[in-house]
Amino acid sequence: MNAPPAGHGDPRVAFEAAKLGLWTFLATEVLLFGALFTAYTVFRVKYPAMFQSEHLKLNRVLGTLNTLVLITSSLAVVLGVDAIRKGKARLLERYFGATVFLGAVFLCVKYIEWTEEFRHGLYPGTNIFFSLYFMMTGLHGIHVILGMGVLAYVVVLSRRGRFSAGYHTPVEVAGLYWHFVDLVWIYLLPLLYLIG
Amino acid sequence: MAEESGNGRGYLAERGWRSWAYTMDHKRIGVMYLYTTIAFFLIGGVFALLLRLELLSPQARYFSDHAYNVFFTLHGAMMIFLFIIPAIPSGLGNFLIPLHIGARDVAFPRINLASYWVFVAGFLVVIASLVSPMDTGWTFYTPYSAKTGAAVATLSFGIFLIGMSSILTGLNFIVTIHKLRAPGMTWHRLPLFIWGMYATSIIQVVATPVVGVTFLLLAMERLLGVGFFDPAKGGDPVLFQHFFWFYSHPVVYVMILPAMGIISEVIPVFSRKPIFGYKAIAYSSLAIAFLGFLVWGHHMFTSGMSPAANAFFSFLTFFVAVPTAVKVFNWIATLYKGSITFESPMLYALTFIFLFAVGGLTGPFLGALATNVQLHDTYFVVAHFHYTMMGGTVMGFFAGLHYWFPKMTGKMLNEKVARIAWALIFVGFNVTFFTMFIVGVRGMPRRYAEYLPKFHVENVISTIGSVILAVGIAVMVLNFIRGLRKGPPAPGNPWRALSLEWQTPSPPDTGNFHEIPVVTDWPYSFGKAKGPAA
Repeated sequence: MNAPPAGHGDPRVAFEAAKLGLWTFLATEVLLFGALFTAYTVFRVKYPAMFQSEHLKLNRVLGTLNTLVLITSSLAVVLGVDAIRKGKARLLERYFGATVFLGAVFLCVKYIEWTEEFRHGLYPGTNIFFSLYFMMTGLHGIHVILGMGVLAYVVVLSRRGRFSAGYHTPVEVAGLYWHFVDLVWIYLLPLLYLIG
Repeated sequence: MAEESGNGRGYLAERGWRSWAYTMDHKRIGVMYLYTTIAFFLIGGVFALLLRLELLSPQARYFSDHAYNVFFTLHGAMMIFLFIIPAIPSGLGNFLIPLHIGARDVAFPRINLASYWVFVAGFLVVIASLVSPMDTGWTFYTPYSAKTGAAVATLSFGIFLIGMSSILTGLNFIVTIHKLRAPGMTWHRLPLFIWGMYATSIIQVVATPVVGVTFLLLAMERLLGVGFFDPAKGGDPVLFQHFFWFYSHPVVYVMILPAMGIISEVIPVFSRKPIFGYKAIAYSSLAIAFLGFLVWGHHMFTSGMSPAANAFFSFLTFFVAVPTAVKVFNWIATLYKGSITFESPMLYALTFIFLFAVGGLTGPFLGALATNVQLHDTYFVVAHFHYTMMGGTVMGFFAGLHYWFPKMTGKMLNEKVARIAWALIFVGFNVTFFTMFIVGVRGMPRRYAEYLPKFHVENVISTIGSVILAVGIAVMVLNFIRGLRKGPPAPGNPWRALSLEWQTPSPPDTGNFHEIPVVTDWPYSFGKAKGPAA
C-alpha cells in the first residue's frame, strides 16, 4: 500500500507539515519532562537540606564534561544542516556522524558516573534526590539513544543520495530533535549538579 | 458541487487482511479503530452488567469482594482507555477529518498506521496484565497501587503505549488541520466537528505525556522503589493524584469535545437550518480545552489539599460551565423554528442535549466545596459522570455512527430497528443511572459489593434498567451487522447534508476526491442564509 503524496504532493506544504509536526512533538516532550521537573520542584521545596547535601555526591567534573560534549554535538548538527542546505551531502554525513559519536561519548561518561554511584551504594530509591537523579538522567539517556538512532538513520538515507539543497526535511527535523535533547541536559546540569 | 453517485465499494474495494493491516488510508485506519473500540465497549459493558448483577442483593452474593473490585476496575479502565478516549477521535476523527477539510489523507499516513498498531500493542499488554488483574479502580491511586499484588507495572506500561498512540493521533490531526485544508477552506468555514477535534488534539498532545510519566513512575515505584509516592520514603501520594488528574481531567474533554462536534454537525442537518452561533461554538471548544487544564484539583477536595487550593479549584471549575452552556444554547437556538425530522442520528443528538444537560447541571453540585465533601465517592458521582460520559459522549458517538454509517459502509441502516434500539437505550439509561443520583444523595458509597438494605429497591430498579440498556445496545449492534450485510446501497448524500464528505460517493474512493475541491461556502447554508464571508 502506498501512501498518497504528502501535502497534496506539494513539497513546500510537506516541509511545513513536518516542521509543525516536530514542534508539536517537542511540546509533548516538554510536558513529559515537565512532570519530572514538577516533582523535582515539589521535593526540593520540601527537603532543601537533603538536596543540598546529596547533590555533593555527584561528580561535577564528569557532569561538566558531558555538557561540553553535548554542546559540541549540537554545534555539529547545526553545521550538518547548514552543509545540506548548500547541497553538500558528504559533509552532512561527516557532521552527523560526529554527533552520533559524541552522543556515544556522552553515554559512556554517564555509564562511568552511574557505576561510580552504584559502587557508593547510591541507587534509585536510596533517597528522593537520587530517585529523581536516576529517573531524570535515565529518561534523558533514553532520549539520547533515540536521537542517535534518528541521526544515524539520516546518515544512512543521505548515503543513498536522498537529500539535496532542495529537499532535506528529515535532516532539519532530526536536527531539531537533537537540539531538544541537548537543551534538556542544559536544564538538568544546574538542577542536579550545581545546587546551592 | 455536483453530487457524485456511488458505484462499487470505494475504499473498501481491496480485500484480504494485508490490505487492512498495512493500509495507510485514513478511512481504513478509522474503521479499524472503530471495530476495536466497539469490541472493548461491549466487553466493558459485560463487566458493568456483572456489577449490576452483584448489586441486586445488599450482601455480596455472587462474587467475592476481590472479584467485585476487579470488575469495576476493568469496567472503568477498559471503558476509559480502550473505548471512550480513542473511539471518536481515532475512529470517527480519522475517517472524517481529511474528508471534512478536503484532503486526500492525514498529514502523516505512516504515523497514523503506527498509532493504530501501538494501540494494539498497548491493549495486548493490558490484556496480559489480566494474569493478575487490577483491583485498584481505574484511578490507580497510590499507596494501594504500589502495594497490591496485581500486575500494576504491566498495566501501566500498556496504558503508556495507548497514550503514545493517542499523542501520535493528536499530533497528526493538528498538523493535518493546519496544513492540508482545501483551497478556500478557511478556519471559519470548517465543519464544527473539526473545531472539536482540533481542541481535542491539543489536549491529547499536551496532557497525555504527563500521565505517561506518571505511569512510568508508578511502575518504577514497584520495580525499583523510587519512593516519589511513598510517604515512608518521604514521597507524597497526593502528588500522584495531582499528576493523574492533570491528565485525567482534561481528558474528559478529549471524550466530550468530539461528541459535541458530532452534535454540531447533526443538529443543523436535521433541522434544515444554519447552525446558530458558529463562532461561539467553535471558540467555546478551545475555551473548554484551555479551562480544562486548570480544574484538575476538583477531584481532590477530600485528599488534603490546602483550603486555599480547594477554593481556587472550585472557583475555576464553575468557569467550565460557561463555554459548555454556550454550546447547548446555540444548539437549541439552531433547533428553534427549524424543520426538524427525527431520524436516528437526530434522536441520539437530542438525547445528548437532554442527558448532557442533566450531567452538566449536576456538575456544579460536585464543584462546590461543601456539597462535594458530602457527595464525594457516593453514587451521585457515578451517576454524574455516566450522564456526561455515557449520556453525553456515547450518545454523541451513537449519533455519529448512525449519521455516517451510510458513508462509511455504503449501506443504509434499518431506520425502524434503529429507533427501537434508541428507545430502549434511552429508557434503560435513565432507569439505570437516575436512581444512582437518588441513592447517592442519600449516602450510598460507590465501589463496594455490599450496601445498606435501605438502598435495596433502588438498586434492583437500577439493575433492571441496565438490562433494558443492554438489550437496546444489542439491538443496535445487530442492526449494524444486518445493515453491513443486507442493507440497501446508500446514496452519496442520504441526509442532504452540505459538508464535503457527503459530496463523495458512498463509500468514498481511496483518495477521497477525484479533484481537490475548491470551497466557497461554509457547510451550514441550509435554507437561504449564507455563512460568514470568509
